[in-house]
Amino acid sequence: MSGISFIELYVFVLAAFVGYQVISRVPPLLHTPLMSATNAISGISLVGSLVLAGADYGTLATWLGFIAVTSSSLNVIGGFLITDRMLRMFKRSGSKR
Amino acid sequence: MLDTAIQLAYLAASVLFILGLKGLSHPDTARRGMLLAELGMLMAIVGTLLKHEIVRYEWIIAGVAIGGAIGAAISIWMPMTAVPQRTAISHMFGALAATLVGVAEYYRHAGAIPHVEMAALGFEVMFGSLTITGSFMAFGKLQEIVKGAPITYRLQNPINISLFFVTLGMFAYLIFQPANQHVFYAMVGLGLLIGVFIVMPIGGADMPVVISLLNSYAGLASSATGFVLGNNVLIIAGALDGASGFLLSVLMSRAMNRSFANVLFGAFGGGEQAAATLRAAGEKTVRPITAEDAAIQLAYARLVIVVPGYGMAVAQAQHQVAELAEMIEKRGGTVKYAIHPVAGRMPGHMNVLLAEANVPYDRLYDMEDINAEFENADVALVIGANDVVNPAARNDRASPIYGMPILDVDRAKSIIVLKRSMNPGFAGIENELFYHPKCSMLFGNAKDSLVKLIGEIKNV
Repeated sequence: MSGISFIELYVFVLAAFVGYQVISRVPPLLHTPLMSATNAISGISLVGSLVLAGADYGTLATWLGFIAVTSSSLNVIGGFLITDRMLRMFKRSGSKR
Repeated sequence: MLDTAIQLAYLAASVLFILGLKGLSHPDTARRGMLLAELGMLMAIVGTLLKHEIVRYEWIIAGVAIGGAIGAAISIWMPMTAVPQRTAISHMFGALAATLVGVAEYYRHAGAIPHVEMAALGFEVMFGSLTITGSFMAFGKLQEIVKGAPITYRLQNPINISLFFVTLGMFAYLIFQPANQHVFYAMVGLGLLIGVFIVMPIGGADMPVVISLLNSYAGLASSATGFVLGNNVLIIAGALDGASGFLLSVLMSRAMNRSFANVLFGAFGGGEQAAATLRAAGEKTVRPITAEDAAIQLAYARLVIVVPGYGMAVAQAQHQVAELAEMIEKRGGTVKYAIHPVAGRMPGHMNVLLAEANVPYDRLYDMEDINAEFENADVALVIGANDVVNPAARNDRASPIYGMPILDVDRAKSIIVLKRSMNPGFAGIENELFYHPKCSMLFGNAKDSLVKLIGEIKNV
């Protein structure tokens, strides 16, 4: 655990702001893939889970870490795969079926 | 040195995530964008594995292998109609990971945590735990394990609201007294309970808002994890997810002309109201139509606007819709699709199903773009949609959906509605469109009706 500084609050607010701007340009057509994509990206909790599962913090921590790694890798891999599967289906008229 | 490399990997990952989401602003750039996001994820993971805290890899490998295999299996074999369920359950897994990391952090420091960190940690486990059970309930309703209709009981809202405030009180207390472990674990427990209670009274038609809100919570919980661990890439990715979920929930509730509070606490379709509208309905008559007559209308139409709804998804009829459209186009007609933002069970649900059936995406129109065209349409073909085409939203002040923006189907020259029966939809709101003089009803399962229409249109 490291001390929280104001910088982290800046990071959060600015990232949320950028996110809002970028995502407000996503057309409703792609809202479902958007949701599975952000799901996959927020599987980044994997980063925290990996440390928990791999560090020597005691048996309970390792177990919790293992479950957390399993859930977040499910989201990362599953999320990116389903997003791609969906995006592959979107075709313009005239393109071959 | 190694730390610098790890930080640079995280920075690169954050930039790649944002570029990836930017790619989603157009279908042509979307897949490339996702590739960038995947690369970002890979860099973040490799960076983390270099950390000196990590001394053992067996649990990591096991977790990634099991989670990855399940995730991949679901994504590859799942039918597209199940996308809302999968999304709901993935919010659960995301929140579960964040909550477990938070609980483990608290546990291994035995509550000896500075106040500011405790605020972040408390936020993380509170939002995390209610998202776990809330998403699981949403999954249960979408998968029809749990009854889909709103489950309500006396004093429901007061109970939920007091539970929420008790939990908030515990959270505030913990910031000042982080060492009180009983309060901490009680807060996690209450969070789990709130998740169940808050989603229980919410009906299927409100699912797009609920899924988006839970998406936002899962993101915020991840972001709070970043604060707790002092990890910027977590903060950024969580903030992106949180912002996306928030924006979608705003768009969805605007499309229903309702506030978040109304969705969460206003369980629609109370028994009395539904009974009253049903009685009124008994005095009006609908005009059933045969598949043969409907096929003739469609065959000679120049412009047909298809309005898909949840009924199409339930019947898995998207391929038949596309086939029928192709036949109409072969005869010289034009077919366009009108997509209401809350049609279906999650944002963009109908678009994905129609794309799966090879409908080109330039034929799919958003509400604002298509509404002006209904008056030129010879036939508006409503397939399993109900509330989103109900003119009561425009002209009946007493209706619970008054003020909701709708598709102006009633302005078309004629209307054909594919519907299972005259049972009112989930909300129990009578739809006067069905009694409109221009409207005829083709009763039956959407898929069966479409198959009949396709058969008949060949003979025209």
